[in-house]
Amino acid sequence: MSVDTVPVTPTGPTGKPIKTIDLHVGEAAPGCQKRDPILVVDGVRRTFGGLTAVDVDHVEVPRGAITALIGPNGAGKTTLFNLLTGFDKPDAGKWTFDGRAISGVPAYRVARMGQIRTFQLTKALGLLTVMDNMLLGAKGQTGENLFRALLPFLWRKQESANEAKALDLLTRFKLDAKKDDYAASLSGGQRKLLEMARALMSDPTLVMLDEPMAGVNPALTQSLLDHILNLKAQGMTVLFVEHDMHMVRHIADWVIVMAEGKVVAEGDPHEVMKNPAVIDAYLGQHHDEDIGEDPEAEVMHVSAIKELLDDER
Amino acid sequence: MDWGAIFSNAAGELISPTTAAYALAALGLAVHFGYTGLLNFGQAGFMALGAYGYAISILTFGLPVWGAFLVGVGASIVFALILGIPTLRLRADYLAIVTIAAAEIVRLLFTTNAFASVTGSANGLSGYKNEFAALNPLAPGTYGFGPFESNAYDTWLRIVAWSIVILAALFVWQIMRSPWGRVIKGIREDEDAVRALGKNVYAYKMQSLVLGGVLGTIAGMIFALPRAVVPSNYQTTLTFFIYAILLLGGAATVLGPIIGSMIFWVLLSFFSGFIARAVEAGWLPFMTGIQGSQLRFILVGVAIMLIVIFRPQGIFGNKKELAFVR
Repeated sequence: MSVDTVPVTPTGPTGKPIKTIDLHVGEAAPGCQKRDPILVVDGVRRTFGGLTAVDVDHVEVPRGAITALIGPNGAGKTTLFNLLTGFDKPDAGKWTFDGRAISGVPAYRVARMGQIRTFQLTKALGLLTVMDNMLLGAKGQTGENLFRALLPFLWRKQESANEAKALDLLTRFKLDAKKDDYAASLSGGQRKLLEMARALMSDPTLVMLDEPMAGVNPALTQSLLDHILNLKAQGMTVLFVEHDMHMVRHIADWVIVMAEGKVVAEGDPHEVMKNPAVIDAYLGQHHDEDIGEDPEAEVMHVSAIKELLDDER
Repeated sequence: MDWGAIFSNAAGELISPTTAAYALAALGLAVHFGYTGLLNFGQAGFMALGAYGYAISILTFGLPVWGAFLVGVGASIVFALILGIPTLRLRADYLAIVTIAAAEIVRLLFTTNAFASVTGSANGLSGYKNEFAALNPLAPGTYGFGPFESNAYDTWLRIVAWSIVILAALFVWQIMRSPWGRVIKGIREDEDAVRALGKNVYAYKMQSLVLGGVLGTIAGMIFALPRAVVPSNYQTTLTFFIYAILLLGGAATVLGPIIGSMIFWVLLSFFSGFIARAVEAGWLPFMTGIQGSQLRFILVGVAIMLIVIFRPQGIFGNKKELAFVR
């Protein structure tokens, strides 16, 4: 994960990204065992009043691969994200990251262990410069202690090392020209890039991206995809939530499908879409009956499934 | 009309200890509100703790000046922790509600007759200046020139007060340009994002609350030294004056609170001198002297409104920041 080498996006001879395969043991069913899981979740439940937002029995996220977490609106994807990163507390359940139990560990400590997340609504720190945003991401800074902050000679050297690293990352994300501008002056897509670059300042082992493509214009989509593929090439594990099925198919090595808080299917992105449970999840189990709820979402999901089938051909 | 006296009184406020005290309290508020985004509406409470902590330590317990200073600072640290522990995990506006109430509780505790033997109740405390005056290395006499002329005690107090302000300003300037300050400013923008980057946001907010509170407490001591400690000085209006100074100078700046305090006091003194004499001279026939002394606050309010409307970032604020205010 050295920042000196800029790895080439791993694409095969046809220009398609190389998929990591052979991740699971046994049949690809919900909660199936992985050969080398980085994140293992057991019996996690979160209710909001009478609504059970998340109720996951068991799920494992494979190391060194890109895993997509998909599902219709309200399936509990973001809630699960919040729970796993310590931003929310579950009613029950535990999970381990890299073999260490991290249930109940506060968000900042989860992040220090190397599990870094981004947010669905981008959180660029508007009135800080792009460079300051980046520097904030670096771990273990001496100058972040109030008393040592008073003595610049203690942290100057570390600071310039971090600046060099930040500049390198910004160059890779094509934001280096903007480094002295306020982050608030960036476009939506650039903010997504900045947020991802900032997450990389801490050399994470697991990067969790909550809807990295939401609100990004198509011109930037490809570059974002390449950056995500690069994370894998540098040895990081990626778990992302996404609605864009093209993207899921294009870059994910493994797909976990959630519906109504539960994991309903898992598998290789090409196989999992054919799973009846997935089609049920997107279209509703009673899609032959008119239940008159949210016809717009229904249309959206139908088109999502269509996209998938088109891709397949 | 004696314009000379009006201007000379106004100019005298430029370096008066009270101006220094307000500058320091506003600097503490800059740490809270300008840099960290903590809405502390209880700065008057921190100042009261400083003033009473100092005065009671000397009068009741007979401590030396440095001991009294440490008691005041210690009291404000405890106060900040009590305020911060339950509220800093909550949304920013809760802190505003809690601090405004806590500052009033502090003031009422100092006012109540129950502790009159220690606090002097509504009459307050006086007669604690000798210990500070005893440290004065200056020979008796007058120092300074023109409007800045004063006796040895006042000159000594000015030197100490402004030295503390300068040291505090350098301190805040240094920590705000360090990685610590970067985290603090990040918290102002979005604390969840900072948390997601592995920073203990709660601890940082607590440090900021204590730090700004201690600056307010030291300001309270400086405020108490030229006068008596009276509980009615520490009402919520004091906090609002300090907010006015902060916004006048620029919220996230170091020089802003200091220059803001100077402008505030010079304007206040100028208006009060001008109106008092204008009433005397019969220029304002519809007004009594008492009404006139209230009018100065209205005029200061108008002056501050004009500055906020035409220069909303404050005097030292960065215009660029405003382009992105949500």
